[in-house]
Amino acid sequence: MPKSQREEAIEALKQMESFANTMKSSIGLPMIVDPKTNVAIWYDQRELTLKFMISVEKTRKFFESLSEGKLLATKCVKTGEILFPPQVDCPSSLDSNVEWIELPKDGELTTYTIITTKPFSFSHYNDYTVGIAKLSNGVQVLAWVRETDPKKLRIGMKVKLEIVKREPEGYLTYEFVPV
Amino acid sequence: MGRKVAVVGIGHSKFGVRNDVNIAELAWESIKQAFESANLEAKDIEYVSVSNVGGWSGEPLPAVVVSEYAGLTGKPLYRVEAACASGSSAVYNAYNAVSSGQVDIAMAVGVEKMNESPTPTVVEFIGRAGNYFWEFENFGLTFPGYYALYATAYMSKYGATEEDLCQVAIKNHYYASFNPKAQFQRKIDLPTCMNSRYIAWPLKLFDASPITDGSAAVILASEEVAKKLTDSPVWIHSVGAASGSANLSKRNDFTGLEAANIAAKMAYKKAGLESENTAKFFDVAEVHDCFTIAEIMAYEDLGFVKRGEGYKLVKEGQTYIGGLIPVNLSGGLKAKGHPIGATGVSMVAELSKQLLNKADKGRQATIKNGRAIAHNVGGTGHYAYVTILGLDKPKD
Repeated sequence: MPKSQREEAIEALKQMESFANTMKSSIGLPMIVDPKTNVAIWYDQRELTLKFMISVEKTRKFFESLSEGKLLATKCVKTGEILFPPQVDCPSSLDSNVEWIELPKDGELTTYTIITTKPFSFSHYNDYTVGIAKLSNGVQVLAWVRETDPKKLRIGMKVKLEIVKREPEGYLTYEFVPV
Repeated sequence: MGRKVAVVGIGHSKFGVRNDVNIAELAWESIKQAFESANLEAKDIEYVSVSNVGGWSGEPLPAVVVSEYAGLTGKPLYRVEAACASGSSAVYNAYNAVSSGQVDIAMAVGVEKMNESPTPTVVEFIGRAGNYFWEFENFGLTFPGYYALYATAYMSKYGATEEDLCQVAIKNHYYASFNPKAQFQRKIDLPTCMNSRYIAWPLKLFDASPITDGSAAVILASEEVAKKLTDSPVWIHSVGAASGSANLSKRNDFTGLEAANIAAKMAYKKAGLESENTAKFFDVAEVHDCFTIAEIMAYEDLGFVKRGEGYKLVKEGQTYIGGLIPVNLSGGLKAKGHPIGATGVSMVAELSKQLLNKADKGRQATIKNGRAIAHNVGGTGHYAYVTILGLDKPKD
């Protein structure tokens, strides 16, 4: 089986680290010479893991409704504007008078792409399609589309929103399924 | 409208994988050239604006590190960010400082060291450039992915093909081959582009600008000071700036970048130019070709041609020297390289050279109108700046 992009990335870093360790034991410095450019590079001895704690308190209802199979948006009571992603403040009427509404599930694909070169934190997945679809009430949603063959995808095709469990992480999210 | 502002000094580093220098050394390469070309020293600079996006590089406060290295400590100093349009925002920031009468001499420095992190980390950081929580966290878009959403819609609506997109890459690699500062100084042919692997369908590796280290700098001066410094100032005629929604799902159209169109119209209005059929006003343009589709949309957003005609322009060779309007004679982001925070400053430096007939052999535009235009987009139309430069002093 070919290596995943994640395995390749990790392997490349490990190789750099082992060069640095060799140099540390020979000259006492984590200084490595880039084989491509023949210049000296300091292999950073500090490492930082980024994981953010993002507040969803005000939009908690959206996330909690996913387990009931519902996708919610907010609606500004004064203006009638539907907001997705949901937000609880209405800048146009300067208030926080919103009601939660359920979004329709059916829509049409506005545009799409198939991601083959992935970000590091997505590099354990197979290729995936990201699309934007317009739901029957006019609201647009961006999500994965469960089809990665470009021949089977086209703009305007009917899709349906499904609440799914994203694996291997095992959490609820939503995705489009071709009808 | 404020005071008139001129570019009186420019500097530009070699773009590419620049592991041979750190971020301050890289910035200094451009700052030094800018000092020399303006015949000024650090003590003459009254205001410094540094554009850098960062994340992938070690220094979290790059402006102070660069400023100290260049002997500029003590000056009013800003680090500005407008994603890939950060450079233009630094120029605009410095322009406003001079135009408003706050200072007479201001410097904009753009610098980016993207190769301090491994490629997948860089892909991750750029992919997060939109609305991180709603469009990245669950769906892992990449920067090519964002533009691919536009490419899919554009190609479907107007019938442009992957071959047509590749024509942009071929042109920009062609001109980069004459630019010693460019990351890729080699020409490519259609099969090279067409046979490259998909990174975000329908975009392929050769549709994309590379991961680049680089810097550029410009020194701006008020009319009074510019007169004393140089016989050949390049004037900033106008700057238009606009922004787009963070979430791409909030956009109505994926065949053009609305923010770029708004910025263009603003720049034209300020410069007293019409906003349609605009190619005739300019001798040369630098546009934001982070991906091939982006250059095609730029032709339309800038009003060079009507909607849906952009891809025909490049297909017919109209954006080479001798065509309707030469575009990206530097090699563009595609082949000159795209050190994110430096790109906008690089555009202004490049166009100043073009207007003064100082570009390298093989890539010098014919200067007749004495006017040039820079189009710099941040993110996927999240930010947009259009800057018009000219040899004639702007009208009152």
